[in-house]
Amino acid sequence: MNPDTLKYTEEHEWIINVDGTYIIGITEYAVDALGEITFVELPEVGKFLERSEDIAIVESVKAANDIYAPICGTVFAVNDTLEMEPDLINRDCYGKGWIVKMKDVNEEEYADLMDARSYRGYLKTV
Amino acid sequence: MNKIKTIFETGAPGRCAVMPEPLDVPDVSLPEVFQRDTPLALTELSEMDVVRHFTRLSRRNFGVDSHFYPLGSCTMKYNPKISESVASLPGFASLHPGLTLVPAYRETCQGALEVVYELERLLAEIAGMAAGCLQPMAGAHGELTGVLLIAAYHRSKNDMKRDTILIPDSAHGTNPASAAMAGFKTVTLPSNAQGSVDYDAYAALMGEHVAGVMLTCPNTHGLFEPHVAEIAALAHEHGALMYYDGANLNAILGKCRPGDLGFDVMHYNLHKTFGTPHGMGGPGSGAIAVGERLAPFLPNPRVVKNDGIYDLHFGDSSIGRMAPFFGNFLVALRAYVYILAVGGEGLKKISENAVLNANYVLARLKEHWRPAFDGLCMHECLLTAADMTADHGIRALDVAKALLDRGFHAPTVYFPLTVKEGLMIEPTETESQETLDDFCDAMLEIARSAIEDPESLHHAPVSLPVGRLNEAQAARNLDCAALPQNKS
Amino acid sequence: MDWTTITEVEKRDIFKTVGVEAMEELFAAIPESLRLDSWDMPEGKNESALLREFKALSQRNNAEQVCFMGGGYYDHYIPAAVDALAGRSEFYTAYTPYQPECSQGTLQAIYEYQSLICRLMDMECANASLYDGGTAIFEAAVMAARITKRQRVIVHDSVHPLWKQMLETHAAGSVLKIETGSEPISEETACVIVQNPAFLGTLQDYADLAQQCHELGALLVMAVNPVSLGIVRTPGSMGADITVAEGQSLGLPLGFGGPYLGILATKKKYIRKMPGRIVGAAADDKGRPGYVLTLQAREQHIRREKALSNICSNQALCALRALIHLCLLGKEGLRETAYACHAKTAYLMSKLDFVQVLNDGPVFNEFAVRLPKNAEVVAAALLEKGFLAGIPLHTLGCGKPNDLLVAVTEKRTRDELDSFAAVLQEACHE
Repeated sequence: MNPDTLKYTEEHEWIINVDGTYIIGITEYAVDALGEITFVELPEVGKFLERSEDIAIVESVKAANDIYAPICGTVFAVNDTLEMEPDLINRDCYGKGWIVKMKDVNEEEYADLMDARSYRGYLKTV
Repeated sequence: MNKIKTIFETGAPGRCAVMPEPLDVPDVSLPEVFQRDTPLALTELSEMDVVRHFTRLSRRNFGVDSHFYPLGSCTMKYNPKISESVASLPGFASLHPGLTLVPAYRETCQGALEVVYELERLLAEIAGMAAGCLQPMAGAHGELTGVLLIAAYHRSKNDMKRDTILIPDSAHGTNPASAAMAGFKTVTLPSNAQGSVDYDAYAALMGEHVAGVMLTCPNTHGLFEPHVAEIAALAHEHGALMYYDGANLNAILGKCRPGDLGFDVMHYNLHKTFGTPHGMGGPGSGAIAVGERLAPFLPNPRVVKNDGIYDLHFGDSSIGRMAPFFGNFLVALRAYVYILAVGGEGLKKISENAVLNANYVLARLKEHWRPAFDGLCMHECLLTAADMTADHGIRALDVAKALLDRGFHAPTVYFPLTVKEGLMIEPTETESQETLDDFCDAMLEIARSAIEDPESLHHAPVSLPVGRLNEAQAARNLDCAALPQNKS
Repeated sequence: MDWTTITEVEKRDIFKTVGVEAMEELFAAIPESLRLDSWDMPEGKNESALLREFKALSQRNNAEQVCFMGGGYYDHYIPAAVDALAGRSEFYTAYTPYQPECSQGTLQAIYEYQSLICRLMDMECANASLYDGGTAIFEAAVMAARITKRQRVIVHDSVHPLWKQMLETHAAGSVLKIETGSEPISEETACVIVQNPAFLGTLQDYADLAQQCHELGALLVMAVNPVSLGIVRTPGSMGADITVAEGQSLGLPLGFGGPYLGILATKKKYIRKMPGRIVGAAADDKGRPGYVLTLQAREQHIRREKALSNICSNQALCALRALIHLCLLGKEGLRETAYACHAKTAYLMSKLDFVQVLNDGPVFNEFAVRLPKNAEVVAAALLEKGFLAGIPLHTLGCGKPNDLLVAVTEKRTRDELDSFAAVLQEACHE
């Protein structure tokens, strides 16, 4: 993915709509803060999530971060490869290190998220 | 060879160090359905094998007896041998706790009941509170007990709206974890630039929904909370109770008392403050003390004294039972020996020397390692390696490992979470000036190396059986037990 | 006496370096109004006086009786090497292995402990220990609730009454809903907690119950007597998901209630939901093997209010004792110890034909009897003869006033068993 085209949350998640499927991952900033990622706990496929509900846990040696649903919707697919290779997120957080795909989302919530420029501005404040 | 073989790689079939006496009653066997139907894959070792293995392992440890151990927040002071001698007296060590269950048996454990009664009384006095209780088995367990007592108190007043506990950002992680375990929401109190609770922010967060406030004082920045009395007064005004985390009690022993500061309940870490061995991570003891308001809710049973005879009493309002009997009794017994040895005056001398030693380290190091906060400290000083990280790429972790190579245990690093690259040094009162000087010299030498030869520090430690271990790899490819090979 | 070391001369030197003139300046941060005026504390004592007084105090306890008291805590023989090795101060004066490179002794010992516990119980992973058996049951219940995302916890009648009380107290503010053993297992049940042997000593086969739990998505939590596993069917073999135990019988002194050892083991698939410290194997950059604390990100010092548990310390020194004890006994020694406990119990039961045995099946090392008169009265009479008769069950709120719980370990000799039977008979018919 090209980071410039993604949408962002204040919890350092990225999300993008690809033909009605919303792909979610964590940003480079989040990855740097976590360090070497050792484990990812993924949600059940088919689960409906409210906005801000826990969607996954990303664990490193020094932290375990909850990932929250950036918008409400249904879990459509999870990145099973992360179970064996959690460090994919370290290596390619905007690509092979994606975490969850959602469908049937609230598109208004999606539209309200930060774009790349606002996120970069936000990063300067944290 | 560097590696010490595990016990599973040692020994030979048929070896056995200890067998019970030959059976002097008829042999019987269990009905088959109850019998073990899987291999008993234990070790087969001689006594020599076992003794040598564990003696070798012991030599791969730093302990207080072998090394200066300035681990902040952990109070790694000397553990007196007299306490060990007393704890091994058979009249204590071999005493079955079930004796207390039966009134007729209690005459056979009057000595032990006296220890519980008298130590609880002394702990109440040291705390400036009404009663003590030895049941909690560790500091975090004491926290949970204390928070459950706070909940019981509000429940007894039919005050069900209090669902929140306020906890500073600098607090030990056990505080929010214990509060959450007892069913409370936790709200974080921010620290101000001076490293204390931001009183205005606190006042804004206080309200009728608050059940309690958990404070550590001095806090984990090594600073006495300047507004502690006002914080307590405001909490009480709003009907909330005050919890004192006793982790740092060593700093104020005999100088001031949590009860007098306005706290309603506290836990001790008897293993920290009263010098019982830390045992590689436990057993400790998290005995608590409470004020009048919470005393009726203390865990059952209570030891009481009637006409010179110690007996048990079961309170009607008690929260129940936190331990099967009286907590980690033999740990508490060691602490009792310690308190009786030093006495009231000795306790003051402990806090004075603990604070003196910490300030000495601070004074000697502050030009080269930036203190996280200005001014004098209490029993521990908090430095930061953040400048070194920015200028020379040397992190607190590198400093910790370099100290190991120089024959010192590392300070606590990366705690509290409020300070970047934190180095929290707690020398304790039992260290001599020459030990502190040696340590400070090592820290200054590390500061020079950080500037002149930073690369050397990245490789530390080099003098120990292993270098830095790859924790990420260990967490990804978990191997937490050596299982027999025929099993998955 | 105290153990401070700074002399007056050194103190003045330190004052100078710090830039103060008197001790009180160091405590200036404590407001005057909050200072301690006076307190009621004793004067210090020196070592010889202390030892004399504590010897006298210890003699006000009578730990000399022939012990038939159990109830989860047993009078087993502790080999001399356990005290000698666990008494090495390189072990007992160390703390949590936060710096693994200078704590490899501790870490390897805990790794070996975890391994032995798994082998003993037929489980796949164990933590570095919890406080005691009772708190281990509570932690197991919380863990089961987390795994199943359910809240109902059924506590079987077989569970120790004190541990039941502890579970209820600990769970008071939590989401757990504690139910009694008569409640049916349902699709809302997080776990069923059972004990083998049951508190009253009877051996149980929980294999069917395990299956029933699993069919409804619930877990089976089983508390066991670790010594029994020398000969008794294991929790792993019966299908338990989480196994807990009070580890006191593995080389820990009775010590009037502690410190004891909380054992917790489970299946590997649940390892990330297991509370407490865990040691894992690792390697350094040169490929040298070593051990580290692992999965720490789940713990309170990082996860704070979201941690799996508030537990911070463990009972590492107690776990070390259990490890050394098990190494000394080994495969043969543990099996023979378990056989001896069982055979001696059976022998004593055969001698007590004058009382009613309450167990409805075979026992391991403990059994309950109904005496012809009040058990507390009989226990008091036996105390006079030098016997600790057992636990009158009424004192624990279970059973009738005449019921007595009797335990036998490998330490009891045939002579002691014969005499106990004789004095018990006498006391019952006096």
